[in-house]
Amino acid sequence: MATFRIKRYNPEIKPEPYYEEFQLDIPEGATLLDCINLIKWTQDGTLTYRMSCRSAICGSCGMKANGHAQLACQRQATSLLDKDDTITIEPLGNMQPIKDLVVDFEPFWDKVNKIKPYLQNDVSPPQKERTQSPEQFRLIDDSSTCIMCGNCYSDCNVLEVDDKFLGPAALAKAQRFVGDSRDKKTLERVTELSEPGGIWDCTHCGECVERCPKPAQPFYRIKEIMSVALEQGVHNNNGARHALSFVKSVKSSGRLNENMIPVESMGYFNFKGLIDLIPIGLRMLLKRKIPPIIHKSIDDVKDVKRIFKELDQ
Amino acid sequence: MKFALFTGCVSQGATRELMVSTKKAAEGLGIDFVEMKSAACCGAGVVGEKSSILADTLNARSFAIAEKQGLDLVTICSTCQGVLKKSECNIKSDPEYKKKINHILSEGGHQYDGTSRIKHFANILATDEGIARLKERIKRPLTGLKVAAFYGCYVLRPSGLSDFENPDNPTGLEEIFEVLGATPVYYPSRTKCCGFPIVMMNKTASLEMAGNALVDAIESGADCVVTGCPLCHLNLDSYQPEIDQLMKKKYSVPVLHLPQLVALALGYSPKELDMDKHIVSTLQVKRKLHPVS
Repeated sequence: MATFRIKRYNPEIKPEPYYEEFQLDIPEGATLLDCINLIKWTQDGTLTYRMSCRSAICGSCGMKANGHAQLACQRQATSLLDKDDTITIEPLGNMQPIKDLVVDFEPFWDKVNKIKPYLQNDVSPPQKERTQSPEQFRLIDDSSTCIMCGNCYSDCNVLEVDDKFLGPAALAKAQRFVGDSRDKKTLERVTELSEPGGIWDCTHCGECVERCPKPAQPFYRIKEIMSVALEQGVHNNNGARHALSFVKSVKSSGRLNENMIPVESMGYFNFKGLIDLIPIGLRMLLKRKIPPIIHKSIDDVKDVKRIFKELDQ
Repeated sequence: MKFALFTGCVSQGATRELMVSTKKAAEGLGIDFVEMKSAACCGAGVVGEKSSILADTLNARSFAIAEKQGLDLVTICSTCQGVLKKSECNIKSDPEYKKKINHILSEGGHQYDGTSRIKHFANILATDEGIARLKERIKRPLTGLKVAAFYGCYVLRPSGLSDFENPDNPTGLEEIFEVLGATPVYYPSRTKCCGFPIVMMNKTASLEMAGNALVDAIESGADCVVTGCPLCHLNLDSYQPEIDQLMKKKYSVPVLHLPQLVALALGYSPKELDMDKHIVSTLQVKRKLHPVS
């Protein structure tokens, strides 16, 4: 007999959420969603959650199992049992619960809408459709697979502390259009996406890659947008300056010049940003943690420079 | 045990105590580390933002250097580890790409075959041989020291590239702590992001991420936090005074590098491990140390 420890919430009855335990014999081959359905149908009809296709296509049944977002229809229930034969089920994170496992997706959709999730092309269309080559489509193939389940949004480490971050799903959707050969607003898009709350606020934690049930894998899509932004010359922000300074440093010495990166990331004329570096700089200096002032190159740096040249960097 | 040591940039710069303690831990364990002095920076995922083939080629060059020595490559930084593994995966999964990269490398006299494995220091300790050596050579069990692991994202995610079993709920570091005689502290933030990659872009969010993890570790009873990533160390230790202000809490918790903890148990003194070079005082740890037997 397995225990399903489910986080319940119904503000009309009780203002605070609470956990309720249900016992269930997991039928052979049952998914987590099958089990939750059984609990609803046989034990408590008030248990509330979203579901539809049962085939990892519609993206409705995202929820946290043992602390991590997943599609309930895509996980074998037995694989989630802990050592006490228990599965803890909670609503998705970073969104407000409405009732039980149902959360308010409005901020999620607002952010998706903010990145203009539609083709922008003022040129009048040809007689038939606007076509793409297979190579052109490949650039947006992965991001096209997003089913908007919200799993990535739920477990995003940045959103936990900053709700202004556009978040992985909206940014993966943005790549769907930044990378689209038929879209004519690439520069405008990457300029907007380089603003605070955009691509450069991603902290590389990889949670979105881990939670994504499809090949959309937002972190990698965010990196693709970063490449386009740098290529398009959208450099007037700390993220782009950081990347360029980093690459410059590796190119000249084969390694990171930690004394230059913070200054160059802030920008030489960003006085507020530079002043902001003083406390950490002083602390590091007092503890003799400042990296050596004379920056040493790696051995055989010539070969590294040759690789940069060969790749036109 | 002989490995090619991929030092990473930060252990040569802002966290030199990591390099010092790695050498001591290796000496104490009888591990022979051959420093890869001509290996380039892993790119930390940032070089890949400019050009992924550039990052992968530079990393393939490092793999080729280790291969030439006939050694597996060991990292002492979670970020280096994750980034190198991703490059390895990109290259190994695409023969045409590998051919192209090898063509670029050939002029510098390098050839990447994919024979050397890439391992984080924690993962060589967690092998049967590593554990046996630890048990054999411990001179100062860290009994009574409550230690909170902070893994660093890149050694856990994506899980397909992680050497830890069950990266969503890993126990590899905690198992090492137990072998050293310490008491592991399990807390929810131990697998989260420290926020360091965005400290230049969104400092408040970055420090709040680090702060939440520190508060979580402290409230779970930790005497210290131990990480295998010098970048996590920078955010958790070097920025801790600013984090305290931001979190409006007067907490303070020392943050050690994994090799420092290991070397303490092997009998090295805190001074030999440059533990006085941390921003946050490590006195709390020193007080709990027993004499070397």
